[in-house]
This record gives sequence, C-alpha cells and structure tokens, in this order.
Amino acid sequence: MQLARRLAVATAIALVLYGVGWWMEDGLIEYVQRIVLLAGINVILAVSLNLINGTTGQFSIGHAGFMAVGAYGAAFFGVQLAPSVQSLLGAGSLADAVTFNLALVIGALLAALAGLLVGAPSLRLRGDYLAVVTLGFGEIIRISFNNAQFLGAATGYFGDSPAGLPAFTSFFWVYAWVIAIVIAIRNLTFSQTGRSLAAIREDEIAAEAMATPTTRLKVLAFAVSAACAGIAGGLFAYMQSGIRPEDFRFDKSIDMIVMIIVGGLGSISGAIVGGVFVAVTLELMRDLQQYRLVLYALLLIVIMLVRPQGLFGSRELTELVRSRLGRRRLSSGAAK
Amino acid sequence: MSLLVLEKVDKIFGGLRALKQVSLTVPEGAIFGLIGPNGAGKTTLFNVITGVYKPDGGHVTFAGRDISGESPAGIANRGIARTFQNIRLFRAMTVEENVMVAGHHLHRSSVLDAVLRTRAQADDERRLLARAHELLEVMGLMKHAEEVAGSLPYGSQRRLEIARALMLNPKLLLLDEPAAGMNSQEAAELQRQIRFLRDEMGLTVVLVEHNMAVVMSVCETVHVVDHGETIAHGTPEHVKRDPAVLAAYLGKSAEGAA
Amino acid sequence: MLPVSEFLQQILNGLSLGSIYALIALGYTMVYGILKLINFAHGELFMVGAYAGYYAAIGLGVENYANGGFPLYLAALVLALAMGAAALLGIAIEAFAYRPVRSAPRLTPLITAIGVSLFLQNAAMLLFSPNPRPYPPILHEVRFELGGVIVTNVKLAIFGVALALMLGLTWFVQKTWTGKAMRAVSTNIDAARLMGIDSNHIIRATFAVGSALAAAGGILFGLDQIMIGPLMGMLTGLKAFVAAVLGGIGNIRGAVLGGLLIGLAEQLTAGYLSPDYRDAITFVILIGILILRPEGLLGVVRPEKV
Repeated sequence: MQLARRLAVATAIALVLYGVGWWMEDGLIEYVQRIVLLAGINVILAVSLNLINGTTGQFSIGHAGFMAVGAYGAAFFGVQLAPSVQSLLGAGSLADAVTFNLALVIGALLAALAGLLVGAPSLRLRGDYLAVVTLGFGEIIRISFNNAQFLGAATGYFGDSPAGLPAFTSFFWVYAWVIAIVIAIRNLTFSQTGRSLAAIREDEIAAEAMATPTTRLKVLAFAVSAACAGIAGGLFAYMQSGIRPEDFRFDKSIDMIVMIIVGGLGSISGAIVGGVFVAVTLELMRDLQQYRLVLYALLLIVIMLVRPQGLFGSRELTELVRSRLGRRRLSSGAAK
Repeated sequence: MSLLVLEKVDKIFGGLRALKQVSLTVPEGAIFGLIGPNGAGKTTLFNVITGVYKPDGGHVTFAGRDISGESPAGIANRGIARTFQNIRLFRAMTVEENVMVAGHHLHRSSVLDAVLRTRAQADDERRLLARAHELLEVMGLMKHAEEVAGSLPYGSQRRLEIARALMLNPKLLLLDEPAAGMNSQEAAELQRQIRFLRDEMGLTVVLVEHNMAVVMSVCETVHVVDHGETIAHGTPEHVKRDPAVLAAYLGKSAEGAA
Repeated sequence: MLPVSEFLQQILNGLSLGSIYALIALGYTMVYGILKLINFAHGELFMVGAYAGYYAAIGLGVENYANGGFPLYLAALVLALAMGAAALLGIAIEAFAYRPVRSAPRLTPLITAIGVSLFLQNAAMLLFSPNPRPYPPILHEVRFELGGVIVTNVKLAIFGVALALMLGLTWFVQKTWTGKAMRAVSTNIDAARLMGIDSNHIIRATFAVGSALAAAGGILFGLDQIMIGPLMGMLTGLKAFVAAVLGGIGNIRGAVLGGLLIGLAEQLTAGYLSPDYRDAITFVILIGILILRPEGLLGVVRPEKV
C-alpha cells in the first residue's frame, strides 16, 4: 500500500519534471537555463554540507574535494562504461540515461570512500582543527588530480571524444536527483539518526554517555555528505565539456559555506535558499569574480556579527509557517 | 550482590594524583552516597566509572564484569547511566528529543529504514516517543515535552537529565549533584523521586551531593573522599560524626590540636 | 654537484624557507594561545606585509638602486614600516571582526575569520591586480660559494632578521610586562583578569606582534622567492599553520621548531622526490601529526574537564 502510493507520487513528480524540463529547453534562454541547473547542483551541495556542518556540527570546509572526486569519477567511468552499456542496450537515449546515472552513482561511491578516509582521522578533532584538516584534505585531493596524468592533470579531463564529455546533465536529471537527495537527507535528519547527530553537535560527551555511537555516526555523516557532493560533482561534470582541477579550488568550498551560512546552519530550507542564491550571484557576477568574492566575504562577516543564525536559523520553512499559523513546534521525527 | 566494585582505583593528571587507591562496593538496590569537599575527586570517580577517563591503576567491575577503560558509549550500553555536575543537555533540542536520543536500544530499524521512511522506522519512532513520554511523566516534565531544553528552569533541566539517563534502561544510575540549586521543596521532591527510582524501577543509585539534608535522608551508605582518597565509609549517622570527615569539611582546627 | 653539497644546499634552502614559516607560525600560535582561535586571516597579513614592503620600498626610491646599494638603513625602514602597517591591520581586524563575536559559539569566529581572509585576498586582487609581480631590489643579490653550497646574502639576511626577531620576541615575552601578561592570559584568561590584566589590551598586543612578525616574513619571502601575488597568503599561511600545529599550537618554541621542520620537509621533498609534491607534503604532515600526536611535538595534553 505504502509502496504503491509512493510509486504513484514519484511517477507524477517525474512527469512534472519532464514537462518543465521540456518547456525550459524551448522557452528559456541558455543563460537562465544554466542558472537553473547550477541552482539545482548547488542545492545538493548545500543540503549535503548542511548535514555535516549544520546538523552534526562538524565544521568541514574542504567539500570541494568530494565534489571533485565525484566529478572525475563520474566523468571517467561514464566514458569507460558507455561502450559496454551501448552494446547491451543499443545506442540511444536509454543507454545514455543508464550510463549517466551509473556514472553518477560510481562517482558518489568513490566520493563516499573519500569521505570515509577524511572522516576517520578527523574524528577526534574539534572546531578549528577539523576545519583546517578538511581544508587540507580538499587541497590534497585537488593536487592529486592536478598530478594525475591519466585524468588530464592540470589541463583537465574531457573524455575520449574531441567534443568533450556528452551533455547528459538536463533539468530532469538534476532536479530528479535534487528531489531524491533532499527527501533522503530530510528523512535522515528527522529520524533517530538525525537526532543522534544533533546530539553530537550539542554535546558530544553527553551524547556518548547516552550510548550514542559517536564515531560511527560522524563517519556515516561524512560519507553520506561526501556521496551527495559527489553526485553534484558528476552532474556538474556532464554540464560542461570537461572538468579541471581548477574547478574545485578552495573557492568552491567557500561557495558552499556561503550557501549554508546565508540560509542558516542546520536548516534544509535554508540550504536550498542559499544554494539558489549562490547560483544566481555566480552567474550574474561571472565577470566580476573578485567582487563576488568580496560580497561573499562581507556577507559572512556581517551575518556573523548581526544574525549568525542566517535566514532560517536551524528551523525549517514548514516550522516557521506552522508557528505563524499558531500551531506548536513539531518534534523532529515524531509521528503525529 | 555487588553491582559496582571499585578496587584500588588510581587516576593521575600530569602531576596531580586525583584518585588514590579508592575502593568501594555498591550493593544492588542500594542508594549510595558519595560525598567530600570540593575538589575531592567525586566527579573524577564518576568519570572513571563511566569510561570518560581510563583508570591509571586498579579495576572497575560492574555486574561481575571488568569494565575498566571501556568507552563511555559501551559502558552506557552495559547499564550505567549518569547525569553531569554542570548539566549537559542538548540545549537546542526539545525536551522529548533529549530523552529520545538515549533510546538506541529501543530502535531496531536501520539508517536505510530511516531514509526510506519505512513502517519499521515509524514503529520505532512511536515506541521511542511513548517511552520518552512515560519517563517525562515520572519526572514531572510532561507539560514541557515540546519545549526547547535550554529554555527550561534550572531545576527542570536537572530533572530532564535524569529522565534522559533513565531512557537507557540502566541498572545503575549515577547522579552528580542532582540537588544543586534546588530549594528545600524541590529537594524533598527529588528525594521522593530517588526513592521511587529504586523502589519502583529497581535501580541502584549512587549520588554525589553537597546537600547534606538530602544525603542524610535518602542514602543508606555514605562513602567520603578527600584529596582523592577514602577517608570514611558507613551509614549517614556514623559518617556524620567521624572526626576525619569533620576535619575534611571544616579544616584542621576541628580536630582540636595542631 | 656532489651529493653531500647538494644535500647541504637543500638543508640551507629548507632552513631559510623554514625561518619564514616560523615567523608566520609564531603569529598563529600566539593568537591561538590567547583566544583559542585559529586566525584564518593571518596568512593574509603575511601577504599584506609583503605588499606594504613593496610599496614602502618603491616610495623610498628603491628603483634608483637597480644594481645594488640600496642603503641598509632604508631597508630596515621598509621592514619597520611594513611591520607597523600589518600590526595596525591586525588590530583593526581584531577590533571589528573578532572582538564582537568573542563570546559566541566557536563556529562563529571561525566563519568570521574565513570571511576576513576571503575579503583581504580579493580586496588585494582588486587593489594590486591579480597578477604576481617581482619584488624590488631591496637587497642586491650577492652569491658566494661555501664548500660546494651556494649561499646568498639574501639567505643570510633571512636568517639574520628571523633570528633577531625571534630573540626579540623571546626577550619581549620573558622580560617585559606585556609579554608576561600575554603568557598569563594564554594560560588562564580569567585568573589573569582577576590579577588586573586588561585582557582586551593584551589581545590587541598579541595580534599586533603576530601580524608584525608575519609581515616581516612576507618581506623576506619576497626577497627570497622574488614573485609575490595577492593569493600568496593562502598556501603559505596554511603551511605556517601546520608548522604551528606540528610544534604544538600555543607554544612559541614549538612554532619555530615546526616552521623549520616544515621548511626542511618541503625543500627535501621538492629536491629528492618531485617539485609537484612540495605543497602536498605539508598536508600529509598535518594529517600525520593530528593522528599520531595532536598536541604537537612540544605541546602538552590538556584533558577536557567533564
């Protein structure tokens, strides 16, 4: 029963996405289309970073590294697997869709592995130290790609055809993944697991005293967060003809931090708003990079001074609406 | 039967010997008091028992098993729950969420179940919430269930910490200064609650406390430490009159001569 | 070049690079010791110092001495001006960006610090152009050979200035009132306040001294590496931070030791492994030290009060 109902809803959503995507490709100019796609990718990045930074309170600022792993993984394996998939399913849009999503998943798994490797040593660190270590890891990952000859090193990876990577990324796929990931992370956040992660953030020592497996959960959060960033990376890769290590510099990690700070650390709704904000400013200020970064810098400073909880604080849009309507705050995860 | 046994436990911090050869036995079903002047090592002892610190010497045995140096989460799973001297609640979370966090043993579904919002997970959540509400009822906090923990008055926060500890379904409950900041009315209510926990819920309670009225009235055995070592042990009446105890609390002049 | 001479050359280069890292690391370690805050923007003070030195030198007419002979006293003046400018900037940053959030949860000042760092980098790119530029000839390079090893006056200047500054800092911290107050505050800020120490004043002084040292490092870096750019603070700052952690964050002698070790490690990696990995080795060391000995080589373990 539950399964049937969910499948129906999923199909309906898929149809809507397909329709909107089709209209978009015809009706909107390329420039705006790009913003819409980037916004979706950013939402995935923001929501995934929020799981680690906001919900679990572990400050990770090297997430661009996980995005890079996902991007390169998806790009490389997509190119490698395309012929096999095509020989099975025949060349065509079905084969493309399968190759694309398979590549994304592989990229995500590799990114999750990277997340595990970063999470493991970083576990016992707190606050500032953790931040710098994750920054260090992000840089190590980027430097490694910069030196990886089989992936094009500094010049970048463009697949094995002169036209570069196939443009698999479409409105439909980006937003299908956005919806899936946002729902998954939302469900995770409002569950006993999410509650435990929040407890770790609030007081790790007390959480341990209450039998919370803090180590396992922190590593899990890192891995899930990294995997989602990997999906975003893969989507990003197939939106351009190729990817370079330059695309995943610390700047990218900064963009992600701005997304979650503007929206509010710990809020999924906030992460969504933040993701859109960064996508829009990024495109609008494409030629004014330094000004954009100065703007972000001032935003970070001013927000911390004036309203550190960002737009939504750690609350969700649904809660704010509910409280406006006079109903009490819902306990996270509790079925009513 | 002895539920908790400490044998010659030592703890050293750099140059400071915080615990020196402390030995004590807590029988099952006891309400056991641990007192001593400030800095005597009481909280350090709790920390060693619950695995926050590893003992540098000696053993901690619980229900017949040596738990010296196990992790805090592991020891919590074995059935030892505690509250903290300085209240360590999950301040931004609601009262019921605070209690639910400790409900891991009631929660059987996996992370995947959570992500997919399966029926199994919904059942677990319902069970957790129900149990949490039961415990909040016991501690008189049900009316605050959906409020943010950090906004509770001090006394209620202390009781919430106890409710949270009870969620672990422990056999041994360590309370670190539960009466701190309470007026005499609240303290009397606390005494009633402690007896309830032992009589109705079958818990063994060890209490660190400075409020002598509470200790004398509710504890059956009292163990006194000063400067990390045991200086007296016995019933509240006996300990109250012990010259070493008086000296520790009031200073050398209470002993009479030099 | 004989293998021994080559080795000694690498050691020399590593130590001179390491001295620069040490100067920057001192600023990190001092601020962390007092505020328990990693001043993310510290690397940018190193960059600002380099640029301040650049403009001071130009202002004092260094371009007239393209072939050497820029008076030593003017070079010293350049150093002093740059250090002063950085000190003022450090104090300003503390006042506007860190002090207001000092009592906030630890994440807040971290984000503010990232914001300040980002701001300085991009403001510098806008003001000074994003392109790297060569350092003016404040010291005209004179090379001489010592047993197969090439030593330049620039390297000697680096050692000399770094040593002088470190000795000066040691004297300052041991013998002057402010220095002792700094040590008191970094050990226990509440007790220090109760003893009548104005912690705000001491914090300001710490930022000033740390920034000035970083600026000196910036000028020496410019003399040694010739090219400076608005983003030079990022990577070098990170390496200096690792140096501070390696030595034991909060520990002054540790910062010096850490700086020298990182400089050596980097130089030896570049020379004997591959120049591509010179930056990566620092991060590997960071990860290693945090796994094996998080309190650093000279640091003490501080158990958390539960």
